[in-house]
Amino acid sequence: MRPSTEPQPLSAPVDLAPDPIIRFQNVSKNWGSNQVLKSLNFEVAPGEKVSIIGPSGSGKTTILRILMTLETPSEGLVKVDGDTLWDVSPGQKVRETKQMRETRRKIGMVFQQFNLFPHMTAMENIIEAPIHVLGMNKAEAKERAAELLNLVGLGKHMNHTPPQMSGGQQQRVAIARALAMRPKVLLFDEPTSALDPELIGEVLNVIRNLAHTTDMTMLMVTHEMRFAEEISDRVVMFDNGAAVESGPPAQIFKDPQQERTRTFLRAVLQH
Amino acid sequence: MIWDNNFAVSVIPLLLEGLWVTIKITLLGTTLAAALGLFFAILRRLAIPVLSLVVSFFVVFVRGTPLLVQAYCAFFVLPAYGISFDAFTTGVVVIGVNYSAYMAEVYRSGIQGVPKGQWEAATALSLPSVRTWGRIILPQAVRTVVPMLGNYLIQMFKDSAVLSAITVVELMATAQAIGSSSFRYLEPLTLAALLFLAVSYPASRLVNRLERRYAPQH
Amino acid sequence: MSAVIDYAPLLWQGLLTTILVAVLSGALCLVVAFAAGLARLSSHRFISWPAGVFIEVFRGTSLLVQMFWLFFALPFFGIQLHPLTAAVLALGLNEGAYAAEVVRGAIASRAKGQTEACIALGMEPALRLRRIIIPQSIPAMLPPFGNVMVDLLKNTSLVSLVTVADLTFRAQMIRSSTGQTTAIFLTILVLYFVLSYLLTLLTSWLERRFALDRRALAAQRKDSKMMKVGAA
Repeated sequence: MRPSTEPQPLSAPVDLAPDPIIRFQNVSKNWGSNQVLKSLNFEVAPGEKVSIIGPSGSGKTTILRILMTLETPSEGLVKVDGDTLWDVSPGQKVRETKQMRETRRKIGMVFQQFNLFPHMTAMENIIEAPIHVLGMNKAEAKERAAELLNLVGLGKHMNHTPPQMSGGQQQRVAIARALAMRPKVLLFDEPTSALDPELIGEVLNVIRNLAHTTDMTMLMVTHEMRFAEEISDRVVMFDNGAAVESGPPAQIFKDPQQERTRTFLRAVLQH
Repeated sequence: MIWDNNFAVSVIPLLLEGLWVTIKITLLGTTLAAALGLFFAILRRLAIPVLSLVVSFFVVFVRGTPLLVQAYCAFFVLPAYGISFDAFTTGVVVIGVNYSAYMAEVYRSGIQGVPKGQWEAATALSLPSVRTWGRIILPQAVRTVVPMLGNYLIQMFKDSAVLSAITVVELMATAQAIGSSSFRYLEPLTLAALLFLAVSYPASRLVNRLERRYAPQH
Repeated sequence: MSAVIDYAPLLWQGLLTTILVAVLSGALCLVVAFAAGLARLSSHRFISWPAGVFIEVFRGTSLLVQMFWLFFALPFFGIQLHPLTAAVLALGLNEGAYAAEVVRGAIASRAKGQTEACIALGMEPALRLRRIIIPQSIPAMLPPFGNVMVDLLKNTSLVSLVTVADLTFRAQMIRSSTGQTTAIFLTILVLYFVLSYLLTLLTSWLERRFALDRRALAAQRKDSKMMKVGAA
C-alpha cells in the first residue's frame, strides 16, 4: 500500500497517520565551522519514495550517510523503524553500539561509485553478506542472488567481475547486492552521477521498477529531475543544510512555493 | 642485579666514539654511493653497447648478494691481488659500492620521471648533451631522488654494523669488544641499540617530512 | 677451484642451513607483518601503540645488534636461546617490522568506498578485513613483500656471526683451512645471487597469480566454456 500523497488534514486523528520509519529530530552536522546540516527535522513514512534535490554541498548526501552510520551527527536524534540510531548531545563523543549495528541492518545503500568488491564476481558480491552476516546457507543465498540478478537484467553476468562490466552493469549489481540483505529502507546516493550518459537509462529502469513493485521505503539523492518527478511520492528541496521545501512532485516541479527552489530548478532544467 | 648502572655509564664514552665512526662511515659511504650511483645510471641510460649491459648486470648482482659476503670478498680476496686498504677504508668502499647499486635504480626512476617533452625541447633547442643532462634533466630528476637518498642514508647507518665483521671498529664492534672483555654483554648491546635508535628514529621522521615536501607535483 | 670441489658437501650443507633459516624466518616475518601491521591500524590505542613501538624499535636499530642482543644479552635474564632460534627470531622480527609497514600501507590505501560498502551490508570489522580488505590488498603487497624477502635472504648471512653454520659460515671455515679465498667467495656469491633471483621469479609468479584481472579472465573462460556446453 502506498501512502496518500494528499496533504493530511490538520484535524485528522494523530493515530491514523503511520509512524514514520525515519525520523530526524534537530539533527546538526558540523565540519569545523561549516554547518552542513542545521537542526534538521525530517520524516519519512513507511513505503514512501522520497527524492532529495538541491545544489551540491547542500547537505543532502550527509542525510544518507548519517542514516548509514558512515557519518556521525554533531547533535540530534535519529530513529529508524522505532529504534534509536543516533542520540547525540553537543560535544558528546559517540561510540558505535550494538543497537546502532542492529538498527542499521534495516538499511541498505547504493553508492555513487558502486563500491563493488573488485576481487569478487557479481554472484560473490551478492552472496557475501547474506552468508557471512545473516548466516544464510550458500545454496539458498545463490538461488536468491540469481533471482536478483535476473531482476536487474544481469542473469548472464553472474561470473563476471566488476572490471569486466560497464558502469551501468556494476551499479545494477550493486542494487542487487543491497536488495539481498532485504532492507526495509534503501538509500540511493546519486546512483547515476558516475555513469556515462548512455548507461543512465538502464539503472533508472531498475530503480523505477523497484519503486513501482515494492513497499520498501526509498530515499534517493539525485540530479535526475524528470526521474524524481516520475517515481517519487514526495520531493524535498535542500539548500544550505536545511529543507527549504517539501511536497508532492507535481507541486515542487510545477508550482514551487519558494524562490530558492524556483531558481535552482530554472538553473538545472535549462539544459 | 641484572642491569649494572655504573658499568653502563662507564662504557658510554667508548660507545659514543664507536657511534662517531659509524656516522663517518655513513656520511662517506652515502657520498660515494650517490656519486657512483649517478655514474651507473647515466652509463645505463646512454646505452653504450657492451658497457651498459655490464653495468646493468653489476647492479643486479650487487643487489642480489649479501653485504657481509661482499665485505669478506673485499677484505680477504682483494689483498691477494695486491689491493689492500685499512679496514675503515675497505668498509666505506664496500658499503658505498653496495648502496650505489640501489642509488642507480633511484636515479633511473628519477630520470625516467622527467617528461619526454623535456628531452624533445632540449633537442629542439639544439642543446649539447652535457648541457641537457646538467641543466635540464638532472635538476628535475633530483626532486624525486633527494628523499630516497635520505632513506638510504638511514638504512646505511644501520647496515654499517655489518662491517664489524671485517674489524671496522664502529658502534657494533665497540659494544661487542666491551662485552667480550668484561663478560657483560647486556649493557653495551642495549646501549648500542638505543644509540642506533636515537639517531635513526628522528632522522627517519625528518626524511618523512622531506618526502612530503618533495612529493612530485604532477 | 679445487677447494670448492673438495668441500662441496660442506657448502651444500651450508646452503641447506641458509634455506632453512630463510624459510623459518620468512614464515615468522609474515606472521609478524600481519599481526603488527593490523594492530597498527586498530582504533584502540592500547593495541596500535605497542605495535607502533615494536615497528619503530625493530626498524630503528640494526639487525645485527638485535641478533647479538638475543644471543649474548638475553642469557643475562636467564634465557639461553639456541643460536638458530636467536637467529630466526631476530631475522623474523626485524624483517617482520619492515613488512608490517607494507601491510599497514596497503590496507590504509584501500579505497574508503570499500569499507563503506561493507558497513552498508552490515559486515563487522573483522569480517570486513578477512573477506574484503585483506584479499584486495594482497596484489599491492606482493612486490614490496618480494623485496623484503630478498633482503631477508641476504641477511641470513649474518647468522654466521652467531655461529649458525650457514653458507657464509662454511665459506669462512673453508677459507681459513685452505686459504683459497677467491674461488670460495665467488662461489657463494653466485649461490646467493641464484637464490635471490629465484625469489624474484617466485614473487612475479605470485603477482600474476593474484592479479585482480587474472581472476576476471579465469571467470570469463569458465563462462565461455559453459556457453559452449550449452550450445552443444
